[in-house]
Amino acid sequence: MEYNNREPVIVVENLLAAYDENVILRDVSFRVARGELLAIVGGSGCGKSTLLKYMIGLYRARRGRVVINGVDIMSADEDILNQQRLGIGVLFQSNALIGSMTLAENISLPLKEHTDLEPEFISRIVRMKLGMVHLAGYENHQPSELSGGMKKRAGFARAMAMDPTILFFDEPSAGLDPVTAAELYELIQSMNRDMRTTIIIVTHDLNLVFAVADRVIMLDAEKQGIIAEGSPLALREWEDDHRVYDFFNRRKTRHP
Amino acid sequence: MTVTISGRLSISSVRSFLADTKTLFDTASPSALTVDVTDLKSIDSAGALAMLELEERARKASLPVSYTGMSHEVRSVMDLIDRKALAHPPIHPEKTVSSFFEGVGEGCVDLYRDFVAVMTFLGDLIITLGRSFAHPRSVRWSEVTFYMKKAGIEALPIVGLISVLIGLIIAFMSSLQLKQFGANMYVAALVGISIVKELGPMMTAIIVAGRSGSAFAAEIGTMMVNEEVDALVTMGFNPIQFLAVPKVMAAMVVVPLLTLYAMMFGILGGLVVGVTGLDLTLYTYLNQTFENIHLRDLITSLVKSGVFAALIAGIGCQRGFQVSGGAEAVGEATTSAVVSAIFLIVAADSAFAVVLHYL
Repeated sequence: MEYNNREPVIVVENLLAAYDENVILRDVSFRVARGELLAIVGGSGCGKSTLLKYMIGLYRARRGRVVINGVDIMSADEDILNQQRLGIGVLFQSNALIGSMTLAENISLPLKEHTDLEPEFISRIVRMKLGMVHLAGYENHQPSELSGGMKKRAGFARAMAMDPTILFFDEPSAGLDPVTAAELYELIQSMNRDMRTTIIIVTHDLNLVFAVADRVIMLDAEKQGIIAEGSPLALREWEDDHRVYDFFNRRKTRHP
Repeated sequence: MTVTISGRLSISSVRSFLADTKTLFDTASPSALTVDVTDLKSIDSAGALAMLELEERARKASLPVSYTGMSHEVRSVMDLIDRKALAHPPIHPEKTVSSFFEGVGEGCVDLYRDFVAVMTFLGDLIITLGRSFAHPRSVRWSEVTFYMKKAGIEALPIVGLISVLIGLIIAFMSSLQLKQFGANMYVAALVGISIVKELGPMMTAIIVAGRSGSAFAAEIGTMMVNEEVDALVTMGFNPIQFLAVPKVMAAMVVVPLLTLYAMMFGILGGLVVGVTGLDLTLYTYLNQTFENIHLRDLITSLVKSGVFAALIAGIGCQRGFQVSGGAEAVGEATTSAVVSAIFLIVAADSAFAVVLHYL
């Protein structure tokens, strides 16, 4: 699919990502088109998750812009930022379900806060979302009573609660068995294909990348930025840079 | 000279092998060394390393070493050892802070940063609390009652016990002195005034800091580690409003009530000593107590304990929000919450003492 001509939903421009004096990424620029499924990959410690946290407005950058739906969230004030946040869903690496609440309470949290729907309809939505992730009937379970894969799916359900137009995933397949992982790939794909949700996935799981991604951005810790960009198949044939080639061909070339 | 190694050379047998090698070179001085490993059945990496040691000793003595009967298995284990890596000197990680003055300087900077962080949080908290009073529907009242139960009702036994004991001790210790002057009568006033004006609010606050301030820090700290706070932010919640406000509100309601309860039990403790040990009647004791406690003292004490409550809950939440990293950071935050809370309680109490003196 060709996304270059479509309007961008997310524009990242010259972003500087840093913890205090410790620069992680510099001068990162890219665009995400509406309906696109973008994977951000790279080795451990290259700043993938950090980049994600800038894109969802958890950190404010000292330099650069992150524009979502036309609003620069790096300079927006808190109210406008919160308005933007209603349109995005995030599945965190550790699921981030609130431990003291049941699944139903977790999923209904944003619905109760940001909509004026009747409680009955909200519980219908919760049931529907749980059904979509194959967790029907688990409304009254606490997160601690679930397995890792179930928690991941519950986190997915909560991320989708507000029917966001953009979904972010941080290492969604980490720690999942192959069957559960395959289910998750399918869910992600159907969100993208059937609901036309723009999806950004941060991962180093190549199976996931090859299964679902339209386009891939590869980050590198040494360069502190993007070293390759293109379709997963194009990156597998990437001969210019051995780091990209090695990563996508799952091997280690010995270089002098 | 030929050395024969047979059987198994593994981490459990390598010690005696090494000892034998040492004696070999100490006692004999061969001109060449042949190691026969035909009967060596199995070897692990520790065994291979021991063989390498043997080789190196021989090389130091400028002896040529050759192996005979080296099986494929033994050879492949030997090849696993990266000889360059063995010779690699350890890399010294960069050391930070060395001199005393650098340490003092960094400590001061940290203290200043901590002060700024606490004041920033306090400002946010006050604004958010103000907003909560203006829009009571935005407060999670079920959470407020939950924490009232946790910090209040569940603290009743320990607060009661400690207060009774403190009342007993003050009455007993002071009576030992006052008896000499026949001034037993004043024990009641002494206990009453000290408990109501100082010890009641102070002891209750310290117990609540230990029980609940630490719990608030640990709870929020764990949520920080699990990215739950990040999740709340991305769902459009204000974490201070969501997590800190219910705790602070609950503490501010519950701590003054606990203080009142502690005062009653403290006076009760004194009363037990007075009536059983000092020949005072119940009536005189109570009469003496209430004649010397003024309503103004009681009210200022309750206001004071409300301020203590806000400080305990506030610093507990702030320390929790400061957590980054893993489990050990949560532990540090918990400790720091209690220590800072006790410091703030004493500092605020001193400020109250000075201000009330001039009012």
